[in-house]
Parts: sequence; structure tokens; C-alpha cells
Amino acid sequence: MKAAIVAIAPLVALTGLALLSPQWLVFMAMLALAKGVVVLGLLVLMRTGLVSFGQGLYFGIGAYAAALLSHHLHVADAAVMLLAGAAAAGLIAALLGLLLARYRDIFFAMLSLAFSMILYGVLVKSAALGSTDGFNLHARTFFGVALASGVERRVFLIAGAVCAVVVALLVHRLLGGHWGRLATGVRDNELRVAYLGASPYRVVYVNYLIAGAMAGLGGALAALAVGHVDPEMTYWTTSGEFVFIAILGGTQSILAPFVAASIFEALRTIASQYAPNVWQMSLGLAMLAIIMFLPAGLWTLAERRRRSV
Amino acid sequence: MSSILPIAFDGITYASWLFLISAGLTLIYGVMRILNVAHGSLYALGAYAACSLAGAWLGGGLPAAGSFAMLLLAALLVGSVAGPLIERGLLQWMYGKDEVVLVLITYALFLIMEDVIKLVWGVDSLLLPDPYALPGNFQLGGLTYPVYNVLLIALALATGLALAWALYRTRQGKLLLAVIHDRDMSMAMGINVSRVYLATFAVGATLAALGGAFTAPTIAVTPGIGVEVIVLAFAVVVIGGLGSLGGAALGALLVGLVRSATVRYWPEAELFSIYAVMAMVLIARPKGLFAAQEARKI
Repeated sequence: MKAAIVAIAPLVALTGLALLSPQWLVFMAMLALAKGVVVLGLLVLMRTGLVSFGQGLYFGIGAYAAALLSHHLHVADAAVMLLAGAAAAGLIAALLGLLLARYRDIFFAMLSLAFSMILYGVLVKSAALGSTDGFNLHARTFFGVALASGVERRVFLIAGAVCAVVVALLVHRLLGGHWGRLATGVRDNELRVAYLGASPYRVVYVNYLIAGAMAGLGGALAALAVGHVDPEMTYWTTSGEFVFIAILGGTQSILAPFVAASIFEALRTIASQYAPNVWQMSLGLAMLAIIMFLPAGLWTLAERRRRSV
Repeated sequence: MSSILPIAFDGITYASWLFLISAGLTLIYGVMRILNVAHGSLYALGAYAACSLAGAWLGGGLPAAGSFAMLLLAALLVGSVAGPLIERGLLQWMYGKDEVVLVLITYALFLIMEDVIKLVWGVDSLLLPDPYALPGNFQLGGLTYPVYNVLLIALALATGLALAWALYRTRQGKLLLAVIHDRDMSMAMGINVSRVYLATFAVGATLAALGGAFTAPTIAVTPGIGVEVIVLAFAVVVIGGLGSLGGAALGALLVGLVRSATVRYWPEAELFSIYAVMAMVLIARPKGLFAAQEARKI
């Protein structure tokens, strides 16, 4: 209940942002939100001690599912697109998860990377999907209500905010309860969890499925924000970005991914404007600094302050 | 039938290139347990250094054959400067961290090095066509091939044999194998593990740079050439089994042949086929073809 009340604040803030701020800020906020959702999914997975270097796979599936709906089936409703993105990604995750849930550590990371690169390889070579250029999408309605051009993105931002808050609350409940403890148990000592009668395989599988569906939702959101999809969304550098944001924020809080994604997007916008040639370097240096001095992410700063007050 | 020879030759050429890059990666992983993402940047660094050195050599009007020596020199230079710099300056403070965290650390290093390369060499493409054209061409199965590819194959073979000899036949190599087998016990027996790590990383970096230096004449050297190479090398190394030199050779051969056959019969599936092979191998043998079995710890 307390979490639900806390969740109202960002919702109100984002709605205000969507209604009042200039278009570029709305765009940035949407991208940050989309990445935040993906990274939150990654966090669920990381609770079991597994890091996927292939979340770009589901990010791309979500985005392409949304874009294909608009482009080939002429379904131009944003709500349907978001749902389709999450569902398509969830479906593929349900299939691949059967296999991946058996892998651990670096092998899990590498196999998930391989799957995302397979999709990349397919997309790059399929002329019907625009090869390396990708293609555009356009959502004109939301729950059947036609949108005037110019306000679409503002509406999508509010819709995205609602989605993100609902998903974040669900994740908060899930990880706070029995399931979250079980996941931590799998991370710390899998064999003992098995001896105690729970199935580590099932925990990993379900968390992988959740992470996949959330990455799909994030991908659909990003596609709506940009109005364009391309294979770069499934490339390993995109997946690396998600892991980077997860490390930046830390895994302690449900809010951390969103805060980290906003910082990341803001930094990127500023850096690509003023220092395009040292942008990656600053990212790398920031990452090294965080790993060395704040191993639990930026969130430790907030925690420390709270404790000292 | 007539297409088998060209497919095999293309495949082996590609495999040689893959082996040069992946041998260093698998060596570093075997000894240090670091899956080095920055390996791709070292490869790029080798390519850029080769362009500068060989370019200067040829620009000075010196005999063109000497440019091959410059390619070798570029690789050695990168390996002996950048390798120890990275190991002593960064990695030595990170040992003992989780394997996945180590991947992230080298990922950060990769991001930094990508921009360092841009700052030093600029963002324009560099070309170094002379060493590629110099040895001439030959005919095979009705197709014309550059002799340079044969040189590449010879280089990969020589490198592989030299590595195997150094690893299994010399005292230093046996010390290295001991560290791979049991780090703590080797330390207790008086092996200077820190120095072994330093040497390993320098050798691994040299191999990456060697791959880059000898690729430079065949491509346009631009920012971002290391990005693709990383995942390709990962695929090869994971197929063979992380840390296994023979595995890297077999993985490279497998990927090379599959790719050249796919390019011939189903060109759209080129990238797809490489990672599909990787996924299939991992499904059949979860730790790669030649990985050592580990005891389960409770």
C-alpha cells in the first residue's frame, strides 16, 4: 500500500512533464522510461545471480512487433502495440527460457548474447524488414481514440508512465515476497535451494520470462518514441547499455533503473551535443569509478544520506 | 563439386583470421578468468598502428616488402606497450571480482579505448592496400585469389604452433599451465603469479594486435572495426571451450567453414549461421567442445 502511494509521485511528475515540457524533453523522457523498464526486467533476472548480455533480443522483438503491427497489419493503436510488444517478447522468452534456464554465469551471458546476435543477423539481411535501415511506424490512435498530430508523444509518455509504474509495483511485490527471497537463495547457493525442495530451474525460468516481457514492453515504448525501428536495437552494444544502466543504478531499489536511465539519457544528450568524441570514454570512466567505489550503484549514495540523517 | 575447393579455401582463410584474434582471448581467459571485451579494441589498435607504421615505411620510399615487417612490429609494439599498461594500470586491481563484473570492467575499458583511438587517429578511414596487392594473385577452381590469403593462413599456423610449443614444451609454459590448473597452489609453490598474469596479458594483446595488423591491408580501417570482432571472437572461443587453445583452433575452423559454405549457398544467412553454430554447440555441450569439467561445490 505504501509503495502504491509512493508511486503516485512519479506518475504525477511524468504527467506534468508530458503536458508542459518541450517536445525534445518528452522524447528523452520516453526513451529513459523505455530503457528503465528494460533494466528493471534485467534487475529481476539479476536477483537470481544471472546477467544477460542479450536483452537487446527482447528489446528488438518488442520494437519490431509494434512496428510490424502498424506497418503490415495497419493496426495503428498504441495500446495494442505496447501489448503486442510485451506479448511477442514474452512468447519468445518462454521458448528460449526453457533452454537458457539451465545455464549459469558466463555461459548464460554468452548464450543469451548469441541469441540476440542471431536475431541481429536475420534482421540485417531481411530486405522485407528494411535491412540495416529498418522502417518507420506510426501510431495514430490510443485505445481507439484518434490523436491529433503533435500531442501523440505526450499521450504516449503518460501511457508509458502508467505502464512503468504498474510494472514496477508488480515487480516490487514479487521481489519483496516469497519469490524474491527464493531468487536471492538461488543466487547465493542454488544446490541448497534445491535440497530445501524448491526448483531453481523454475525460479530462473520465470524470472527470465519476466525480464524478456519487460524488455519487449520497453522496446515497444522506444519504438513509439522514436517512430522508427532498426537492427541496432538488437546489437550487443544495446544489450551492453542495459547492463551498464543496471550497474549505474544498482540493484537495491525498484526506482534505481529509472533514475539511472534518466541520468544516462541526459548525459548522452548533453555529450553528443558538446563532446561527441569523448562520450564513450566518459561512460567507460564513469563505469569504472562506479564498480570501484560504489559497487552497489548510485543508489548507495541515497542510502548513505538516509542513514546519516 | 568444383565449388568445394573455393569454399574450403575461403573457409580456411577466414578461420585463420578468426584464430589469430581468438587465441589471445582464450589464453587470457584460461589464465586470468577474464573474458576481455577490450580485446576488440586491441585488435583495432593493432590495425591503426599497422597503418601508421607501414604507411610511414612506404611513404619513406623504402622497399615495399619491408612493410610486412612493419605489420609485425606494429603488433609487437601494441602488445608490449598497451598490454602491460592495461594489466598493471587497471586489471591488477580487479582480480578476485566476479567473472561477470570483470566482463563489465573490460567493457568499460573497451568504451574508453574506442574514443582514445578516435582522438589519436581521427574518424576518417585509413587505407593500406600495398601489402595486400604486393604478393600477387593465383588461380583456384577457376577463381582468382590473392596470395596474401595464403600468407595469412601460414601466419595463423605458425602462431598456433608457436603458442602450443611455448605452452607445452617450455618451462615458462608449464608454469603457466600450473597457474591455469590451480592458482592458489601455484602461488604456494613459489610461482610469481602476478608476473604470469602480466606476461599472459601482454601475449594475448600482441595476438589481438597481430590479427588487427594483418587485417588492416584488406579493409578500410575505421572507428568501430573492433566492435564486430569482439562478438565473433567470443563465438569462436565459446564454441571451442573457454580457455582451450585447441578449442579456439577447432572453433575457428568450424565457424570459418560454415560461414564460407553459407556465403556460397545462402548469402543472406551469413551472420545468422555463425551465431546459430555457437548456439547449437552450447546447447549440445553447455561449456563448449573442449572445456574441462568442474566439480560441483556445495
